[in-house]
Amino acid sequence: MTSDKGNLISGACLVAFGIYIISVAVKLPYIADVGPGSGFFPLWLGIGLVLFAAYLMFASFMSSAAEARSESQSWKAGGRALAGWSAMMVAIALLGRIGFGLSFVILTIFLIVALDRRPALLAVGVGVGLAVAFHLIFVVALDVSLPKGFWGF
Amino acid sequence: MEAFDNLLLGFSVALTPINLFWCLVGVILGTVVGVLPGLGPAATIAMLLPLTLKMDHTTAIIALAGIFYGARYGGSTTSILLNIPGESSSVVTCLDGYQMARQGRAGAALGISAIASFVAGTVGVLGLMLIAPPLARFALRFAPPEYFALMVLGLAMVVFLAGDSMVKALLAMLVGLWLATIGTDLFTAESRFTFGQVKLLGGVDFIAATVGIFAIGEVLVNLESQGGAEIFKLSRGLRNLLPTLQDLKDCRFAFLNGSVIGFFIGALPGAGATVASFLSYGLEKAVSRHPEKFGTGVIEGVAAPEGANNADAGGALVPLLTLGIPGGNTTAILLGGLILWGYKPGPLLIQEHPQLFWGLVASMYIGNVLLLVLNLPLVPLFAQILRLPYYVLYPLIFGISIVGVYSVNNSLFDVWMMGLFGLLGYLMRKLDFPAAALILGMVLGDGLERALRQSLMMSQGDITILATRPISGTLLLIAVTILCLPAIRKVRSWRVEAVEREG
Repeated sequence: MTSDKGNLISGACLVAFGIYIISVAVKLPYIADVGPGSGFFPLWLGIGLVLFAAYLMFASFMSSAAEARSESQSWKAGGRALAGWSAMMVAIALLGRIGFGLSFVILTIFLIVALDRRPALLAVGVGVGLAVAFHLIFVVALDVSLPKGFWGF
Repeated sequence: MEAFDNLLLGFSVALTPINLFWCLVGVILGTVVGVLPGLGPAATIAMLLPLTLKMDHTTAIIALAGIFYGARYGGSTTSILLNIPGESSSVVTCLDGYQMARQGRAGAALGISAIASFVAGTVGVLGLMLIAPPLARFALRFAPPEYFALMVLGLAMVVFLAGDSMVKALLAMLVGLWLATIGTDLFTAESRFTFGQVKLLGGVDFIAATVGIFAIGEVLVNLESQGGAEIFKLSRGLRNLLPTLQDLKDCRFAFLNGSVIGFFIGALPGAGATVASFLSYGLEKAVSRHPEKFGTGVIEGVAAPEGANNADAGGALVPLLTLGIPGGNTTAILLGGLILWGYKPGPLLIQEHPQLFWGLVASMYIGNVLLLVLNLPLVPLFAQILRLPYYVLYPLIFGISIVGVYSVNNSLFDVWMMGLFGLLGYLMRKLDFPAAALILGMVLGDGLERALRQSLMMSQGDITILATRPISGTLLLIAVTILCLPAIRKVRSWRVEAVEREG
């Protein structure tokens, strides 16, 4: 994706987002008995967002295509980042079911084995080692409660 | 002279073995909770408050205050090393501190942070000692229009956070302001933008947002390169792990700027250390001879905000001890403690309980020295974290982020939010939207809206109230001037180009 295309898409998304904010704000009272209502501030925020986002889109139309082409490679490696993010979200989803320790080990194994192509044994070692360290520092030493699985840790 | 005599009295109290011991315990505990994201000084003091009931009250306030200002020292550590802000006031430190770490100057960044904290912390205590009562009276002149103008001045700092595109910085700031509106409206009790989620009624958790945007976003960007390209360089030898004389020289103004801004903003109830750190960073960049280098690992960019958030601790005690007005969560809990022990914080506290006030002031001098002595030797140790291979470092950052965010409210919902903000942080980096501008909006949004609506209530809808009062008018004028700076610079560069072309 070129930087101009990125600006165009992000500008369009922000225009849509601004319109959403305005649509919610107009349903809230602009003026209340005690002064400005709960819709007052978000309404102006939404208007500001739409205006600036529209300007961003306009500016991206105006800028030269040649300039944009030079920055076009930065999105190709995004798949790995999104895989890492998805793994983290899965680990978060598992926190309440299997506890912090195990979900963290699973996340670590995925990051090291699937994304980094390193030996599974190393991944298990790092995952378990860090999980134990977290338990000792936070749970034992600092008395911080972490999400527990049905087996109690 | 009277202040000097009083200070001697304070030192005679603070230097007793028991008070020294509890001062040390307080600052160590403060540093630890500052280092760990989520586990803040407010929660720690609240947890320890019941234990202080059986302690001598002066000893107790010395220990609790130690946690308060010690946390400000520790907050910079994870910001610099892992791009995880340990405290909300350390968000700005991430901008240059983390970049310094990537360039192999983590030790210098940590060292300058400790030194700036010491200098500014000491200036803050000096201020508390010398000008507390008159400053507190001045702070009382800040009504909603003045707070609104102060918040606008804070938002004007977006000019200094913008990279190549001012529009993107403004858009990010507006999204941050919107995030601050999520939850229950404090004036009308109506819910706004909660998407039917009960957990959003209290608003978006600030720690979840900052950790997601800064730490998770950064890891996701780094995950793009397979095989772990070298992310951190680390200098060998102790000499390279501490700031050089040139660094200290470069930071002279940053120390002063951070100290003064931090103390004055701290003395304003409700303004907070985060505002102070943003303002001092903006000022430092504005007066710098190389403003374009800020955000790429400039040492002044670490010294100024770190100084400000430490001087703020001294400033925050001014309205607390002289007027009985807490400026934030932590000082509110300290106020609760003072009341619990039978004191009436207010104008008579210093006269009626000189041992308590001056003992605290003296202990803060001692505490700042203890923190410097404790923190500087730890710099090389902390910097070793960056020697960890990336396949250990990334899971470690994920783990600290999850634990830090979860531990604030024991809420899995907040961890989900952190994940979503992580994706937002990644996209913002890819699209060159400055993340700090979003955080700035989020920090100031609540106070800005509240002050604006209160001002309009005061004036019955007349918006000129914001500009016609002397303090608010002056602050707004400064804010407008700052906002016009990019345009002025652009016109100037066009003129230079035109002159060169003609020549």
